[in-house]
Amino acid sequence: MALETNAAIVGRGNTDGARLFREWFDGLTRAAAEGRGGAYVFVMGSLGELLRTFDLPLVFPEINSLQTAVRHVAHEYLDQAEDYGYSPDICGYVKADVATQLRKGALPMGTIPKPAIAVYTNACNTYIKWAEIWERMYHVPIVTIDIPGTRSAGAQTWPGDPDFENDRRYVAAQLRELIPLLERVSGVRFDIDRLRENMKHANTMSRGWQQVLELNRARPAPFNALSDGTIYLGVANAYRGTAAGARYFEELVEEMEYKVAKGIGNLTDEQYRLLFVGVPCYPIFRRFTELFSGLKGSFVHSTYLWFASGGTSSGYQCRLDDPLEGLAEGLLFGVRDAMDSMFFHTQPLLKMYEDYAADGVVYHPIKSCRTVSTGLADSRRALMQARDLPSLFIESDMMDRRVVSEAQLKNRIDAFFEGLATRRHQAAQSRG
Amino acid sequence: MSDVLTFPEWVGKPPEEILYRCRELVEDPAFPTVRRWREAGGKVIGHFQVYFPEEIAHAAGALPFKLRGAPVEPTKADSHFGSYLCSIVKTTLEVALTGAVSLDMFVTHPICDAARNLAGVWGRNFDFPCQILYLPQNANSAHAAGYLRGEYDRLKRGIEQVTGCAITDDALARSVAVFNENRALLRRLYAIKRDSPWRLPAEDAYALMAVGLMIPREEHNALLSEVLPQIERSTAKRQDRIRIVFEGGFCEQPPLDLIRTIGRSCYVVDDDLLIGMRWILEDVAANGDVLGALATAYLERSSYSPVQHDLRKPKERMLLERIGRAEARAAIVTAAKMCEPGLEEQVAYTHALDQAGIPYFVSEFEENMTSFEHLAIQLETFVENILFD
Repeated sequence: MALETNAAIVGRGNTDGARLFREWFDGLTRAAAEGRGGAYVFVMGSLGELLRTFDLPLVFPEINSLQTAVRHVAHEYLDQAEDYGYSPDICGYVKADVATQLRKGALPMGTIPKPAIAVYTNACNTYIKWAEIWERMYHVPIVTIDIPGTRSAGAQTWPGDPDFENDRRYVAAQLRELIPLLERVSGVRFDIDRLRENMKHANTMSRGWQQVLELNRARPAPFNALSDGTIYLGVANAYRGTAAGARYFEELVEEMEYKVAKGIGNLTDEQYRLLFVGVPCYPIFRRFTELFSGLKGSFVHSTYLWFASGGTSSGYQCRLDDPLEGLAEGLLFGVRDAMDSMFFHTQPLLKMYEDYAADGVVYHPIKSCRTVSTGLADSRRALMQARDLPSLFIESDMMDRRVVSEAQLKNRIDAFFEGLATRRHQAAQSRG
Repeated sequence: MSDVLTFPEWVGKPPEEILYRCRELVEDPAFPTVRRWREAGGKVIGHFQVYFPEEIAHAAGALPFKLRGAPVEPTKADSHFGSYLCSIVKTTLEVALTGAVSLDMFVTHPICDAARNLAGVWGRNFDFPCQILYLPQNANSAHAAGYLRGEYDRLKRGIEQVTGCAITDDALARSVAVFNENRALLRRLYAIKRDSPWRLPAEDAYALMAVGLMIPREEHNALLSEVLPQIERSTAKRQDRIRIVFEGGFCEQPPLDLIRTIGRSCYVVDDDLLIGMRWILEDVAANGDVLGALATAYLERSSYSPVQHDLRKPKERMLLERIGRAEARAAIVTAAKMCEPGLEEQVAYTHALDQAGIPYFVSEFEENMTSFEHLAIQLETFVENILFD
């Protein structure tokens, strides 16, 4: 396809992403009005391609919750959940969702249906505790699809290894157990051809997502991994396994190729290329990015784009000749990969640093999420031991503005950039 | 290695002295029993809370040692973690970083979002193998037991590599028999708590149990076999205290002084302290496929905790059953600070207790807390409200 004109193509991913997101949410609001129950799922292993074959509207409570923070109303939801009994020290996403349920699904973007079923993996333990809340509130079936992860750093197993086969059999068996339950909940018979079609779309999306991420190695980087990347992630999750999602990612690849070919970066003057490790600061989402972009720093990649896409960033292509086996293996690889990005990321981060010609690494552990944040201080120590590279460690939250201090963040970020500038200056001097 | 005596201090002593020695050992951050084991040439398999199939390590002649935090300041470990974490993950790393305990292998479990990070964190800091044992989190899958049997086989191979000892079926069967005896003795200990709590202060019951995680289980069996009959014969007088269940001690442990404080105004007739030790409720078959039997027991004949989801065991119903079985009048529903599973479960517990009309006392604790006066006053008020209601 010939490249379109600049005006039509640049920024299309963001515009279309926002439109698709509104349409998706409008669909949820209609489903809620019609009294239909939704399938509550999470971003790490949503199984969207399977659940769609049962015509279940997909509800992503993580995405709903972060939207309350981006729209600056999260505190109202958090307060309500804390009044209900939840501690200030647990995940803010959970609490925002509890309040959403207490408000009969009302959110700034619309209304979500009540759950008819919840299907989630163990990629995050809080998923399980979260689903138990719906089980208690609505007495609906909740199903953990248990995905054994990598047991220790660098010890992934592969097909043919007895330990891998033990994991694969377990995951496949759980999917086979899930299908009759989905038939019962939805009243729709399982159609393997529909699954194959959805998986084909999911494969296209994964392939596109991998390409998009790799295109950001270009200098200047065509998109900001933190701000633009989060929009792309939203589509990757909400539209997983759909024709619209597949088309979106094909077009996104086209846009990024165009921008790379034309040298169009997300910053007009990209001085520092940064990696982001952690979860975005949604209560000040735009401002947080500006604290870096204002100093000519661009996020070129992040672990967030890795794990929050459920492991699809590797571009893994599920086999379609035996869709259920292909789905099981893809789910195992994908979720395991997502978990690796949180627990065992030292070596991949070093490689990412090289591949993306990064100038520094920004760690952003958050109060709300121990899954992502527990190991980050130690990971940073290991990274700096392995290589002399600049890094910044700033703590805040993804939901709770009470633990977000913009002034403190700014001080730390400014000092980090001064260090980057000094380091660059010294390097230039030593080169003579 | 089972002929090494790691805790000789109690031998031949009267019950009061034995209990004192146990309390001292439980609070000793130098872990002398583990040191003695290693000095005798023994291997140590360290495992994090909550449950670990210790029989497999035991069958390799190693000491399975539960890492459950320690009464220490995490001076070294602090810089390895962020701010918003429970104490146990920090102090557990601290005792390894300072060399208070030396391990040959470390195993953690996906019990919570913090603990599942530990294989990565420890693996970056130590040369010995550090790994996650993926206990199944879909307890209701018909394939969970088969999967877990395979996972135990993987663990067995790892332990064999570390210890250099092939684990035979006979050795596994002998280890299961040792642990069956231990489980039976712990059930007897809890029967004392339930039936005549005035004979055994809550902190002593806890210490008697907890030392089992720091010494070879044969030694623990000998200790319990010696002291339990003496406690059962005790002529201690019953006092006017309310019977309560303590819930919230499944992972990070409250300090002994906190348990003592509760014991001053209440009889703790059941609890979930160190529930991993009592996770399996019945004897495990010691013949045939022992790994399969251990896997089945983990899933099918086991207790409950906030870190396992099982449709057959809704936690609030299980708590109500525990309260009913123990004939308790009230519950203390606690959680370790920053412990997400515990804090989340508190909400379900308290709503269920409200519906059942059972009085409860909600609190948070930390293993290193040192002030208990405020808690004592609040508890006294709580108890008086019940007594004079």
